[in-house]
This record gives sequence, structure tokens and C-alpha cells, in this order.
Amino acid sequence: MSSDNLPGIPQEPVARRGMFGAADAGDTSGYNRLVVRRAPKLSSARPYGGYFDEVADALERVAGDSFDGMVERVVVDRGELTLHVARERLPEVMSHLRDDPALRFELSLGVSGVHYPEEAGAELHAVYHLCSITFNRRVRVEVSCPDADPHIPSTVSVYPTHDWHERETYDFFGIVFDGHPALTRIEMPDDWDGHPQRKDYPLGGIPVEYRGATIPAPDQRRSYA
Amino acid sequence: MTAIHGGETAHDDTATEGRVYNVNGEDWDDVVRGAASSSEERLVINMGPQHPSTHGVLRLVLTLDGENVTEARTVIGYLHTGIEKNMEFRTWTQGVTFVTRMDYLSPIFNEAAYCMAVENLLGISDRVPQRAQVIRVMMMELNRISSHLVAIATFGLELGATTPMLFGFRERELVLDLFEYITGLRMNMAYVRPGGVSVDLPAGAVDKIGEFLKIMPGRIKEMRKLLDANPAYTRRTKDVAYLDLTGCMALGITGPMLRAAGLPWDLRKSQPYSGYETYDFEVPTETSCDVYGRYLVRVAEMEESLKIISQCLDRLSGSELKGKPVMIEDKKIGWPAQLALGPDGLGNSPDHIAHIMSSSMEALIHHFKLVTEGFRVPAGQAYVAVESPRGELGAHVVSDGGTRPYRVHFRDPSFTNLQAVPATCEGGMVADVIAAVASIDPVMGGVDR
Repeated sequence: MSSDNLPGIPQEPVARRGMFGAADAGDTSGYNRLVVRRAPKLSSARPYGGYFDEVADALERVAGDSFDGMVERVVVDRGELTLHVARERLPEVMSHLRDDPALRFELSLGVSGVHYPEEAGAELHAVYHLCSITFNRRVRVEVSCPDADPHIPSTVSVYPTHDWHERETYDFFGIVFDGHPALTRIEMPDDWDGHPQRKDYPLGGIPVEYRGATIPAPDQRRSYA
Repeated sequence: MTAIHGGETAHDDTATEGRVYNVNGEDWDDVVRGAASSSEERLVINMGPQHPSTHGVLRLVLTLDGENVTEARTVIGYLHTGIEKNMEFRTWTQGVTFVTRMDYLSPIFNEAAYCMAVENLLGISDRVPQRAQVIRVMMMELNRISSHLVAIATFGLELGATTPMLFGFRERELVLDLFEYITGLRMNMAYVRPGGVSVDLPAGAVDKIGEFLKIMPGRIKEMRKLLDANPAYTRRTKDVAYLDLTGCMALGITGPMLRAAGLPWDLRKSQPYSGYETYDFEVPTETSCDVYGRYLVRVAEMEESLKIISQCLDRLSGSELKGKPVMIEDKKIGWPAQLALGPDGLGNSPDHIAHIMSSSMEALIHHFKLVTEGFRVPAGQAYVAVESPRGELGAHVVSDGGTRPYRVHFRDPSFTNLQAVPATCEGGMVADVIAAVASIDPVMGGVDR
């Protein structure tokens, strides 16, 4: 299927061909020429709408001259504001967000990791959700680091609640939070190999043999992508 | 035995494959020497992970100076089940059956947070039927009561009082019976689904809940009579495990602990969802910052929940919502939700079965695809938070545009609130550690996921 007759569709990298992701055998479904492309990277322009502009303005004002290169990308999607922050500037941004009288994001809801193996140079993401009780607002801060150099500055000194959350993200994704007081595994045993939530880490799968047929692990089975 | 005595074979790491653990005694020699040279009387005790008063598999490492706790460290991970990883290999709808098992005392909240996040990604939040929203609110408030009852019941037991335990579990049984009647299951119901709820209320459910509403206020009053002014109880709880608002904010504490420190922060009021802004209820607070204050907040919250449930019943039996759908009317997302008990004991929709089995081949294909393949969710991420009995329960859901979640992370309040153990226990008596942990009300299924 060609998309030449559909102008305006960005040519993102191909995510998947066919219906089932089965590359070995013939695909009898009739969907084998289906091409699915990756979702494009979003980036929003001003005005962001709602209180998002006020948050962005306040951050710009408090950062002053050092604002350049601090926020790489701003995404407004589904009613949520996401600030993509350069990783070396993260503690600075976090303290501004917490302390500035016009921002006052006093409460952090912790860190969540996401692994995007196809994003070269920014495979590992750490996502922070902040909440302002003063203004009743929310903001999401997203930081990325390459798989080859999985280091992000720790923000435990700004938000002490990140202690366990950063340990969890380290445990599951292998992101090293520099400056964390005691970055050890928290959920997996201390001597565990690998970081289970990464996309290249297989999902269990007990080798079961049934009349000579082996049953593949769940992530090895033919499935709808 | 050679290994223990430090024989040569134990040092030969190349002889065997993989890592070899030596128990040569060197570390222990250091420990013994260090302990002998110190004049202070210090005792390190390990509490848990298998201990009746740690609320599941929670491990506490306590350093004691006499009866005083000088250091308290929490070790978790004993109940890690990889739910978040597993969800990446199942459809969006199947994810509900996973999240319901996280915090097993408040399954409806897990389901609601997850489903609201999925609905947000799908962009159908405002198309979820009104009746489903009211049922969700009612189920959440019933669940809040049953969860708080367990918190208070186990708390009493851990302080050595069996009557609150018996009362609490007796009352909780009433709620679980309602859950069983409505959903078919007492726990882990997977009742809330993306787009609505799995099945409408069965006939007679409104009457049963009405009976419950008649019984429950008296039962809560009994509990209050038993505990509110009981000197044996207040002396174990007042001024114990103090954590003020500053501490709560720094540690990210939410829920009854935060409200017992005086801040009326309740997402149902501050960032309403599922129509909470249309219900009449109060957010109870205390300013004592201690275990007793958290108990009072929980009991008062149960009374407020009863108010909300009775308003839900009025709406559900009113003409406006009676007989209305409980699942989104979008054939691409909604499963059949008008189910009846079939001869096989399972919930079936006879009309739907008749339609797909005997009149429309396309409907059969569609049903098959919807159930096995599932629906696709546009790429993006969403964070949705609900006020669970323990605090802010957040679901961070990421989609890559496929039929399965790309990543689901739960910000479980128990996980975050457990970080308060050192702050509340250190400097206190060892007996108060039990009260402190119980007042956090951690559920390890939610902590470890």
C-alpha cells in the first residue's frame, strides 16, 4: 500500500510491517503489506492554552539568561503540559518549579521510567509528575538520556520523596541518578542481573514442552502488535 | 563446610561457573570487633518480612538503644510480581485484571485510575455514560469504606485489641457481599473497564445497598464508641508517629496522613473526576499529625462516603439514569455490558449472542477481533490520579498506538507513604513502630506491584 496519494502524512520510521509481526512464515491474513509508522514526535507552539502559558512564562522569567537550552521541547497533549528538559539542567528546573512563588509545585508524585529503544541517543526517559497545591495545577517534566550513558542528575535534594522512586527507576530501567544518597535496587533482589522493565528484557516464560512442541515465552508468541 | 572455614577451595573463583559467594568470616570478624570496641548498647533487630503486624511482607530493620528506636530502615520488594511488565503483553482491556490485583484492598480505585487514563488517551473521557460514572463513584466509595475498615481493624489487632478487628472485618464483609452481588467477585473484580463498567447493577442491588446504608451508620458509631475515647487506645495513639505538614510535603505523603496534618487536600474536591463535584460531602481533617488523628480522619471519611453512596443511589434509581447504558456506545471500544447470568454460571448477553451467532457474520468477526486483538489507542501519554483510601493513586499510561499498553506505571500511595517510616519511628519507642506503620496503612501488593 502506498501513501503517495495521502499528502501531509509525515514519513516517520516504519514501526511494523504486516499484522502480526511474524517475519518467519507467510502471513495468511492478507495484511502482510500493511505498513505502520511510528507516531511523530509532538512539539507544541505558543499559546499553550489554560494555565500552561503562565507556567512557561514564570519558568522563563525565573531562569532569566540561563533559560536557553533548559527546556528542549514543550508538548501540550490531551490537556497535559509536558516540559522536556535537558538532563544536566534538571535539578535547576526542579528547584525553580518548587520554589518560585509563581510556580510552587510543592508536591512531586515521583518518577516513572519509559524505555524507547528506537529513539537513538535518548532511549531512556525519566518522567516526573509535579502538582502545585497552591495553584491546583499539574505539570509533567520529562528527561531523557542515551542508553550508552544512562546518567541523570538526582533530584532527591529538591524532592526527598524521589528517594524510593529513583531507586525504583534505577532498578527497572538502569538509569543511574547521580547524587542519589543510596542508589540500590528496591524491588528486585540485590544480585539481580538486568533491568526488567526495559523493552529488551524478556517477559519470563517457563520452557514448557508438550508432545515435542515447545511453547515460546509470551513475548515470543505471534500476537497483534 | 570448607567455605565457612575459609578453605582454599572457596577462594578459587575460576573453578566454577558464575559468581561464587564466599563466607570466609572476614566481614563478621570486623562486625564482632567493631561491636566489642563500642561501649554503647546497640541492638539491631530484623522485623519481618514475615511478621503478623507489618501488614504483609514488609521488612523493618530497627536499631534499638534499649527500648528506643535510633534507626528504622524499610526493605520492600518481597511481593514484587511484575504487573507493570506483564501489562505490556496484554490488551488494554486485559490490563484491568492486572491492576485490580495491585492494591488488593482498594481494587476499584486501581481499575478506575487505569481506565480513566486509557479513556484520556482514547479521547473518550466525556463520552463515558453518566450511569457508569455514578456506579463508579458508588463502587469507589463502598471500596473506601471496606479499605478503611481493614485499616482500623488490623490496627486494633496490632495494638492487642481483638474487638475492633472482629467488628471491622464483620462490617467489611457487608461491603464484600455487595461487591459479590454486583460484580460476581468479592475482590479483584475487574469491574471498571475502559469506556464504562463491565456490567450493570443486577436487580435488587439498589435495595441491598439501601439496607447497607441503614446498618452502617450504627456500626460506625459502635466502632467510635469502642475506640474514640478509650484510654487504652488513645494512650497508644495520641502524639505517636508525629509527622507535620512540612514532612508530609517533602516526603510526598498524601491521603489520610496528609489530612491528619491539617491540609484538606482531597482530589475528589480539588481536581474532581467522575462527577465528584456534583456530590455533597466534606473533607475531614485533623491537626494533631499523629496516629490518633489519622484514625479520626479515616472514620470520618467512612461517614462521608456513606453520604456519597446514598446520593448515588438516588441518582441510579431516578428516572434520568434508570435503564441507561453503562458502557460507551462505541462498538469499536465497548464490550457488551448488559449481561445476564447464563446457564453456565457466567455472565452472558443473550441478545448479543443471538445477534453475533445467528444474524450477522460481520458482528461475529467484529466481536472476535475486539476481544482477542483489542482496540488501538492513539500514541501518547496520560497521567490520571484518583483519591484512593491511602492517598493519590496515579496511573501513568503510555501508548505507542498499538493494541497493548507501551508502559504503565502506578504511583501507588502506599509506596510513597512508606518512606515516612524513618521520620515517624526514629526516636520513639519500639512498641510505637507498630502503631506508626499501621497508621500509614500500607498494602504491600500496591507497594511492590
